[in-house]
Amino acid sequence: MTQSNRIAGGQIDRTRTLSFTFDGVAYRGHPGDTLASALLANGVRLMGRSFKYHRPRGPISAGSEEPNALVELREGARREPNTRATVAELFDGLSADSQNRWPSLSFDAMSIKDRLSSFLTAGFYDTTFRWPASFWEKVYEPIIRKAAGLGAMSRLEDPDQYDKGFLHCDLLIIGAGPAGLAAALSAGRAGAQVILADEDFRMGGRLNAETHEVGGMTGAGWAVQAVSELSHMPNVRLMPRTTIIAAVDHGIYGAVERVSDHLAVPAPGKPRQILWRIYSRRAILAGGATERPIAFENNDRPGIMLAGALRAYANRWGVAVGRRAAIFTNNDDGLRTAADLKAKGVEVRVIDVRKGEEVVDSSGRLGLKSVTIRSGGRLETFPCEALGVSGGWNPNVNVASHHRGRPVWEPAIEAFVPGQGDIPGLAAAGAAAGRFSTRAALETGAAAAEEALSDLGLAVPARDLPQAEDGAYAIEPKWYVAGGKGRAWIDQQNDVTLKDVKLAHQENYTSVEHLKRYTTLGMATDQGKTANVLGLAVMAGLTGKSIPETGTTIYRPPYTPVAMGTLAGRSRGQEFKPKRLTPSHHWASEQGAVFVEVGMWLRAQWLPRPGETTWRESVDREVLQTRRSVGICDVTTLGKIDIQGRDAAAFLDKVYANNFASLAVGKCRYGLMLREDGIVYDDGTTARLGEHEYVMTTTTANAVLVFRNLEYARQCLYPDMDVQLISTTEAWAQFSVAGPNARRLLQKIVDQDISDAALPYMGCKEITVCGGLRARIFRISFSGELAYEIAVPTRYGDALIREMVAQGAEFDAVVYGTEALGVMRVEKGHVAGNELNGQSSALNMGLGKMVSRKKDSIGMVLSQREGMTDPDGYRLVGVKPVNSAEKLTAGSHFLDKGAAPVMANDLGWLTSVVYSPHLGSSIALGYLKKGDERRGARLRSVNLLAKTEVEVEIVSPHFFDPEGERLRG
Amino acid sequence: MAEHRLKPLTPLGHDRPETVSIGPVTLTEVVDQALASLAARQGREEEVAQKAKAAGIPLPAAARAEPGTPYGAFWLSEQSWMVEAPYASHEDIRAILLPLFGDAASITEQTDAWVRFDVSGSDLSAMFERLCNVDLRAAPDNLATRTVIEHMGCYLVRRARDRLSVFGARSSAAALWHALETAAHSAY
Repeated sequence: MTQSNRIAGGQIDRTRTLSFTFDGVAYRGHPGDTLASALLANGVRLMGRSFKYHRPRGPISAGSEEPNALVELREGARREPNTRATVAELFDGLSADSQNRWPSLSFDAMSIKDRLSSFLTAGFYDTTFRWPASFWEKVYEPIIRKAAGLGAMSRLEDPDQYDKGFLHCDLLIIGAGPAGLAAALSAGRAGAQVILADEDFRMGGRLNAETHEVGGMTGAGWAVQAVSELSHMPNVRLMPRTTIIAAVDHGIYGAVERVSDHLAVPAPGKPRQILWRIYSRRAILAGGATERPIAFENNDRPGIMLAGALRAYANRWGVAVGRRAAIFTNNDDGLRTAADLKAKGVEVRVIDVRKGEEVVDSSGRLGLKSVTIRSGGRLETFPCEALGVSGGWNPNVNVASHHRGRPVWEPAIEAFVPGQGDIPGLAAAGAAAGRFSTRAALETGAAAAEEALSDLGLAVPARDLPQAEDGAYAIEPKWYVAGGKGRAWIDQQNDVTLKDVKLAHQENYTSVEHLKRYTTLGMATDQGKTANVLGLAVMAGLTGKSIPETGTTIYRPPYTPVAMGTLAGRSRGQEFKPKRLTPSHHWASEQGAVFVEVGMWLRAQWLPRPGETTWRESVDREVLQTRRSVGICDVTTLGKIDIQGRDAAAFLDKVYANNFASLAVGKCRYGLMLREDGIVYDDGTTARLGEHEYVMTTTTANAVLVFRNLEYARQCLYPDMDVQLISTTEAWAQFSVAGPNARRLLQKIVDQDISDAALPYMGCKEITVCGGLRARIFRISFSGELAYEIAVPTRYGDALIREMVAQGAEFDAVVYGTEALGVMRVEKGHVAGNELNGQSSALNMGLGKMVSRKKDSIGMVLSQREGMTDPDGYRLVGVKPVNSAEKLTAGSHFLDKGAAPVMANDLGWLTSVVYSPHLGSSIALGYLKKGDERRGARLRSVNLLAKTEVEVEIVSPHFFDPEGERLRG
Repeated sequence: MAEHRLKPLTPLGHDRPETVSIGPVTLTEVVDQALASLAARQGREEEVAQKAKAAGIPLPAAARAEPGTPYGAFWLSEQSWMVEAPYASHEDIRAILLPLFGDAASITEQTDAWVRFDVSGSDLSAMFERLCNVDLRAAPDNLATRTVIEHMGCYLVRRARDRLSVFGARSSAAALWHALETAAHSAY
C-alpha cells in the first residue's frame, strides 16, 4: 500500500522506511510515526469495532486519551490487547490486529447488535439477565463476554522482564510541553535535581503539533533546543516514554517507563518497562489538556476526530486524514486546525457554533463520506473524509486529583482546573492549569519552577523566556446537538449515547457516580478522558443544576493503563520471593532430599533412599532409625536472638510467661511467649551463656516477629532496661542430634567431655569440635530422645554435617527432615504451629502452670481473663483410633456418639495428625472441651469435608516415653 | 587459630569466592572479613567511646561508615555499630574485642550472619536505583544504611564514590547475588 495521505512536513524521518502489518496487510511508515499516524497516512481510518455495538471506529485522538483505536499489538506470547494505536510507536516489523470483530474488521457479524440497539440501552444487561440467578455465571456472562469486550489475552507466559526502581529529585515535572520545558529550564539552570517525565517518545508536547513560532523558530525546533540544553545538565534527568500514573502520599509519584516498547524485542537482560517510585520534594503538573467532542448524531464514524488531533496528524506526522475536511468548533482553537489544514492544501469547511452553525449528522458505513450541516435553518450536505470537532479543552486534572481532591470549575474556559493544594507540593502549570496560550504556558511553567525553587531555598535565576503567541481562547459552551433521532455518542469506548444519559436521568441515576455505574460512562481503558465532562454537562443540563454543582467522579490512579507484569516487576515465578538456604542445603540436594518451603527457608522435608516409593516409607525409616540409634536434623532455621545486658534476665522475665531469672549460667529452659491478650504466640528454648548473656531460640515461622516484638519491648515498654539484642540466626549452623547413640556420635566430634556429668540434661556450653573449631552445644530435645543441638560458624555447617554422617556410619545414623521431626514431636505431645494457632492459651495447651503469676510479664494479666480460664474450655489431648487400621484426618471435629454434626454439639478438633511408626497407627493431637477429664473416653472424629468418621479414644498427648526417661539417658 | 579438620564454604556455596564483571561494574563475594556487633550498655556510652578510641576502633556517626586498620566500623543504630576486621587475624573477633570493652559493651559475633558483596564501578546509582530506595547520587561517600533489596533486609556501606558493600543475610546469598546481577544487566 502507498502512503496516499502523507503530505509534506512533520517530525518523521523520511530517510528511513519501516514495514508493518495491520490485520495481515503490509504497510509502510517512518520513524517518528505512531501506528495510528502510519495507518492514517496509508488511508486506513477504520481501526476497530466498538465495545458493545461493534460500530466501525477509527481514532478520534492523537494521544493517550484514545477510546477507539485499540488493537492487539505483536504476536505470540508478546501479544498485548487493548493497545492504543495513537501512542504505539512504529518499529520495523510491527504487527497489529484489530479486535472485537468476526470474521473481519470490515465485515463484523456481531454488528447485528447495532441494529438491536434500541433494546440494548443502559441497564439492559442488569435488568434482563437477572432470572434465573443461577444462569448468570454459567450461561449469560460467558455469552455476553464473548459478544462484547476488548482484545484477547495470549494466555502465554509473558517472556519479558519488568523492573521496579526508586528515584529522588527536588522537582518532578510531569509533562514536557512548553510549560514543562520552561519549568525544567528554570529549575535545571538553578541547579536543582530535576526529573522531567513525558508519556510521549518525543518531548515538546503540543509544540510538536502546532505551527506557532517560539523564540523565532518553530515550536518543535524550540523544544528540540530546550531538550538539548537540558540533556547537558547533569542535575536533570529526562524521561521520555514515561507516564506519571499516580500521585501517592508525601511527594511520592508512580511512573511507568516504557524502556523497550518501541523495539521489536527488548535487548538481552533489559526490561520492557520499569515501574518507578519517584520521591520528589516538589512537583509541577504540566500534563496539558485533552480536547472534548460535541455530541451529534452518528458522530463516531472513522474520520471524525477531535480537531486538535486532526491538526496534530497534519503538523507532526505529515498526514492529511482526508483531502476534504470539515471543522466543527465552538472556540478559536478549532479555527487553528482549519487554518493549518488549509495551509497544507486541504479543502476545509468551517462550521462555527458561535455563528449559529452545527453538524447534525454524518454518513459513510466504514468511514466518513459526508456531514450534514444546519446553518440558518437550512440543511446541507458537505462531502468530506475528515471532520475535526472541538468542544473545548479540558485541563488534565487527573494526577492533581489523586488524593480525592475535586477539581474547580473555571467559567472562562468552561472546564475544570486542578484544585489548589489538593496535593501538597504539587502545582499545575500551562494547559493543565487552564492557561492555554503558548506564552501563558511558558510563563506559568517558569513561575511554578521559581516558586518551587524558593520553597526549597534555592536561588531563583532571572526569567529568560522566548517570544510566543498569546492568543485568546474564546469559547461558547456547546455540548451536544439537539433534535437528532439517531444516536449521538458521548463515551465512544463504552458506547454510551446521549439517550443513555437521558435514560439514567429518567431512572433517577442523577448523581455522577450513579450515572457512571448505570451507563458505564467513563469506565475502561481510557477512563473517560474524552467523555466525562461531556457526560456530566449533559446530566447538568437535564437536572437544571450547574456543572460544578453536578461535579466530577473521583479520579483514581493509574492515569493510563498499566500492564500487570509491570506491577509484578521481578516478583514472579522463582523470583517471587528470595530463598533462604540452610547450611546443609548443598549436602541435602546431593542426597536427593525433598524440600519444603518454611517461610522463605527451604528445609529438607524427607530424604528418600533408593527403593523407597512413598514419602511415608522415608519418614517412617527416619523416625525409627532416630529412635533406635541416632538421627541428625538441620535446625538452623529456628530463630536465634542474642540477648545481652545488665537487665537481660529481667527482660526475659517480661517477655516470657515463665520464670527465667532463676536460670543458671550454663543452663537452658523452655519458655512460652504470650501476646498482650494472653494468647500463646511462640515458644522456644533460651540458654544462659554468661552472667549477662543469653541466646534465645524461636520457632522458624516466628523468628522475625519475635525479634520485632523484643525490639518493641526494649525500646518502648522497658526503655530503662539495659538490654541489647541482635539476631544470630544466620551466624550459626545448628544441628539437632537425637537418639540413644547421640552422645556416642557427638563424642567423636566434640573435643571436650560431654558425658551426662559434664553436660547434664538442659545444660549448654561453649566447646570446640573436630580439633579446635569454636562451637556451642545445648542438651535439649524436641524428639523426646537423648538429644543435643550443636552449633558451629555457618561456613562450617556443610563440613559438619558431612563429618557427622561419616562418623555416624558405625551407628547407622540417619539424617531426618521436617516430616520426621513432626512425627516425633506429636509422639511426644509437643505443641507446634498447628496448636499455636493464635486462639489458644497456655491453659488450653496443658501448659497453664507455666504462666507465672508471681511476676509481671507480657500477656500474663489478660491470660487470666474470664473465658481464658474456663474449666470447661479446650485442653490439649492425644487421640488414637479405636481401630488402629483407621486413618485420622486433621481438622476433624469431636462429637459424642449419636450427636448430630452441628456446631452446638462440637467438642473440639484434631490439630495435628501423623502416622506413628512406633505405635503402628495414626495418632493425633487435638483440642477437646474438658479434654483433661475425658482421658479414656471414646468419641467420634468427624470430618464433613473429607466425609470421614472414625471412632477415637482420648489419651494423654504423651504417646511415647511419657516419663521422659529417654531424654535424660 | 586452632587447626581443625572442617573445610569452610563461601556463602554462595563454593570453595572460593565468586566474582563477575557486568558492563562497568564488578561484583565480588567477600569472605576475608570478620564482623562483630558492638553496642554500648546503658550509661557506659562515654566509656565505650574512650575504649574504642584507645583500641583504634572507629565509632562513626549515624548512617556513616569509617574505614581503618585493622578495625573499620559502620553504624547500626543508636550506640550500636558493626566492627569489621580481617578474618585471618580476627577469626574469633568477639574473643578479641571482649577484653577491650569488659562489661561496658555487648559484643556479638556476626561474621557468618552476613554475606558481603562488594560492587565497584562508575555510576553505581544506575544499578542501585533498580534495587533499593537509597539515593546514591545525593549520598555521601561514607554512607552506611539499612535498606531492603527484593524483600531482603540489607546494609549498604559505601566505601568510596565508586565502590560499596552490600551486606545481606547469609542464607539468601544466592538470591541477593541474583538480584545484583539482574539489576546490573538491566542497568548497563
